[in-house]
Amino acid sequence: MPWADALIESQSPRLTPPLKGRALSYIDALNEALMLALDLDPNVFILGQGVNDPSAMFGVTRQLEQRFGSQRVFDTPLSEEGLTGICVGAAMTGLRPVYCHNRPDFLLLAFNQMVNHASKVHYMDNGQTNVPLVMWAAIGRGWGSGSQHSQAIQGLLLTVPGLKIVMPSTPYDAKGLMLAAIADNNPVLIFEHRWLMKQTGIVPGGIYNVPIGQGIYRRRGDDITIVGSSHTLQLAMQAVDSIRHSYRQQCISADIIDLRTIKPLDKEMILASVRKTGRVLIVDTGWAMGGVCAEIGCLIAENCPGSLRFPVRRIGLPDVPTPAGYTLEQFYYPTAEKIAAVVIEMCA
Amino acid sequence: MIQYRYQGSGFADWRAALEQYTREQLLDMFFQLLRIRRVEESIESRYHEDEMKTPIHLVIGQEASCVGVCGVLTRNDLVYCGHRTHGVYLAKGGDLKAMMSECYCRANGCAGSKGGSMHLLDKNVGMAGASAIVAGIVPIATGAALTAKMRDETWVSVVFFGDAATEEGAMWESLNFAALKRLPVIYICENNYFSVYSPLSNRQPAAVDIFKKAESFGLNSHVVDGTNVLAVREAMTTAIGRARSGEGPSFIETRAYRWRGHGGTGDDSASGYRDPDEVTLWQQYCPVELFSTFLTENKILDASRRQAMETHIDGEISAAFEFAINSAMPTERDLYAHVYSD
Repeated sequence: MPWADALIESQSPRLTPPLKGRALSYIDALNEALMLALDLDPNVFILGQGVNDPSAMFGVTRQLEQRFGSQRVFDTPLSEEGLTGICVGAAMTGLRPVYCHNRPDFLLLAFNQMVNHASKVHYMDNGQTNVPLVMWAAIGRGWGSGSQHSQAIQGLLLTVPGLKIVMPSTPYDAKGLMLAAIADNNPVLIFEHRWLMKQTGIVPGGIYNVPIGQGIYRRRGDDITIVGSSHTLQLAMQAVDSIRHSYRQQCISADIIDLRTIKPLDKEMILASVRKTGRVLIVDTGWAMGGVCAEIGCLIAENCPGSLRFPVRRIGLPDVPTPAGYTLEQFYYPTAEKIAAVVIEMCA
Repeated sequence: MIQYRYQGSGFADWRAALEQYTREQLLDMFFQLLRIRRVEESIESRYHEDEMKTPIHLVIGQEASCVGVCGVLTRNDLVYCGHRTHGVYLAKGGDLKAMMSECYCRANGCAGSKGGSMHLLDKNVGMAGASAIVAGIVPIATGAALTAKMRDETWVSVVFFGDAATEEGAMWESLNFAALKRLPVIYICENNYFSVYSPLSNRQPAAVDIFKKAESFGLNSHVVDGTNVLAVREAMTTAIGRARSGEGPSFIETRAYRWRGHGGTGDDSASGYRDPDEVTLWQQYCPVELFSTFLTENKILDASRRQAMETHIDGEISAAFEFAINSAMPTERDLYAHVYSD
């Protein structure tokens, strides 16, 4: 097992991403993670519709087939359920598949294998078999993507025991979580966000690990806790920064928790912050109803209702399918301005 | 009205085939058939006690399929199946005591009481997995064959499923991929003409045989008499030869009849979904007794040898029940074990 050694060496559970070093684009960070994984472990293979085509999963799988061959990096038939099951069977017998999809919407075709099989094999076998499988997909937003090409479906999967779900928000985390997901002996879903892929950030070379199941503070403050992940967390940081700028007299300071992993949740980090600030705003790229926002709201209601100085607020998507036109989208998605308005209301 | 008739020709044409096997191999095939039948009958006879709190799907009438297939496999070959697991598990060499403990929901069951009758497995002998979602296991077995191919392993992946699995999309997605990549996988379609109460005629057009559909996907595909262990074994011998030499996947449709209901005990044909005479008709083609007669006629089996087998099996079954009943129950702590792998 090459993974154990490589990762133990790089264990740094609450590592703060470095402020200096090599800058890399989000996509290159992911590409580098896959290169390192393929190079490190001959059991890793990458598949998905178009992983070797000219667009190469937005560039994430660029040059992988050329470097590692078509046995280990290959295009697939359009058989999402079948191929997911094939990945499960391959993982159960010792391989480490990374199955890439352009959009999470396509994973809905694979729910039988993800929910009935991948997540439960280890349990149903009483621990005899494990399923080290990575399913990767990028959430879309805007430019007419609409109801079937921009769904953030993490909420639907939050309720499934046995799955792990990670949602990076920076190039550093994208690489570290990809490596951690491939090294993990469980099925791990990675939901990227298309709008994060334009970012550049400091990304160390070589193998390192962003631990699955642990959040990280992006800001420290006392007035309010903002908790979330992925693109919406970035919006929340912009919102808080704009408040500091525009409303200096109010001096709103926020604990901003980037969950990094939404299942299993870093419950202790959330609760400790809420006990301190007494105010919490939960943000998510998915629907607010029954999803990440709802679950964290319930966690707080069950564990520290007495700490709250203001009712729990959440900003997710309304209970409406995604509209295609920008004319309607402007009313649909969270923005930094909408988040800032709620933060100001809560801290007034 | 009788809808499905036996289409085979019994053992009349199989005398010459006997020469391919040693006496021990032939007696072992019979022993396996008899053992599975007796295990199923013993479960059926005690099910009313309501201590085996697990949904059972008896394989009585269809034993020749799993015995014929597993007879040519090595311990390293991997076998997967659907919800009708008992026969496949035993034919592959699964531990009888651990199976009974699983049926009694005990901590030392083969899946620690987390799988039940529909999810028997024994990794030590290559009984690698089962799914209770129709066709759910088919892509998984195909993925195991991908591992074999990518790592250049010598083992082969074999998957059992019923006729209704060929109505699921994942079935054909798997066959397409297996043919595309020439994977070492063998698909065994145990066509027993019924999915729960629904006859094949309600589900598939009569003019297209299941094995023909598989053939059109580029697989080496055959149909055999699923009551005749020698017929199944012959088709399987060809298929495994192809798989081991890199010639790709095969599909074998075995036709036999489900003597019992879909689940539980006894024949439920009085409920009206099939003609009770149809069951009686098929019982004339018993995979165990016709083979017994054939071996006896050819002086391979005799009454005393058979009696010795019956006595041995009875003893084994009694010991397995006693083992299961006296085994410890799981605890609340066990509930939370193995949600995630370390």
